[in-house]
Amino acid sequence: METTTGLIPLQAYLILASILFCIGVWGLINSRNAVRVLMSIELMLNSVNINLMAFSSYLDGDLIRGQVFTVFVITVAAAEAAVGLAILLSLYRNRVTVDMESFNLLKW
Amino acid sequence: MNIANSTELICFIILGTIVIVGALGVVFLNNIVYSAFLLGGVFMSVAGLYLLLNASFVAAAQILVYVGAVNVLILFAIMLVNKREELKPIKGLQLRRILSGLVCSGLLILLIRVDLTTTWNLPGPNAIGELSTERIGEHLFTDYLLPFELASVLLLMAMIGAIVLARRDVLVSDIGTGESADQILIEKKKTPILIDKISQ
Repeated sequence: METTTGLIPLQAYLILASILFCIGVWGLINSRNAVRVLMSIELMLNSVNINLMAFSSYLDGDLIRGQVFTVFVITVAAAEAAVGLAILLSLYRNRVTVDMESFNLLKW
Repeated sequence: MNIANSTELICFIILGTIVIVGALGVVFLNNIVYSAFLLGGVFMSVAGLYLLLNASFVAAAQILVYVGAVNVLILFAIMLVNKREELKPIKGLQLRRILSGLVCSGLLILLIRVDLTTTWNLPGPNAIGELSTERIGEHLFTDYLLPFELASVLLLMAMIGAIVLARRDVLVSDIGTGESADQILIEKKKTPILIDKISQ
């Protein structure tokens, strides 16, 4: 069965993923709410996943190794979100705030 | 241009717009609850992009894991820590934002340039389309078996770690500062009625 990839170029997916990644980086640097930092990390992971999926569909359509990698990335992202939010909860208990600027226990 | 191609193009444009606008909303909106719901929208449109790329299994996994688990977990965390607080103004915040915005747009320009100038090895082999789920299964149980098993160990570790970290069991006094850190006492001071009700 032959499935054509249509007329969307590979570069369109790559540019979309680049934009999403840069938005995620900006949010990661500038968010003052710790939950928003975790959300920015999820955005960056998703942009990487879009890249992997696009490459696996356009350049490796036979073996689709990129899709397997995406499944692993999704697994690791789920684990990361669980541990990150648990750390956030225990920080909130000790500092009674979610402001990133007040989490300076390990600073100097 | 036949109707299938134009439908694909229109779907891509709509999904891409939702992804970018939603991501901007996640980063820029003031209300964190709106951000979390927009994040769910971004995850779902990314799943739509996967469907456009002939990957129905990964699209289903994306919906199940990201929208069903990660996003709900984030919403729960927001509800647990959601307290309206006035953030202290810090010096040079605006300057910091502008500078990091410049750095990020520079990174974006670099990435787009790399995307456009690299000569990709197109067209690749023919896509297998609907058989992708079976192929993923073959991969997971043959050449990617070890990472697959390691992923299960990782998930177990993350689960136990999350339970240990989020448990209500803290030292009586903080080691660094020496101040009282007994969680029950602190929370009793803050919300006396609630704790009494729970402990009865």
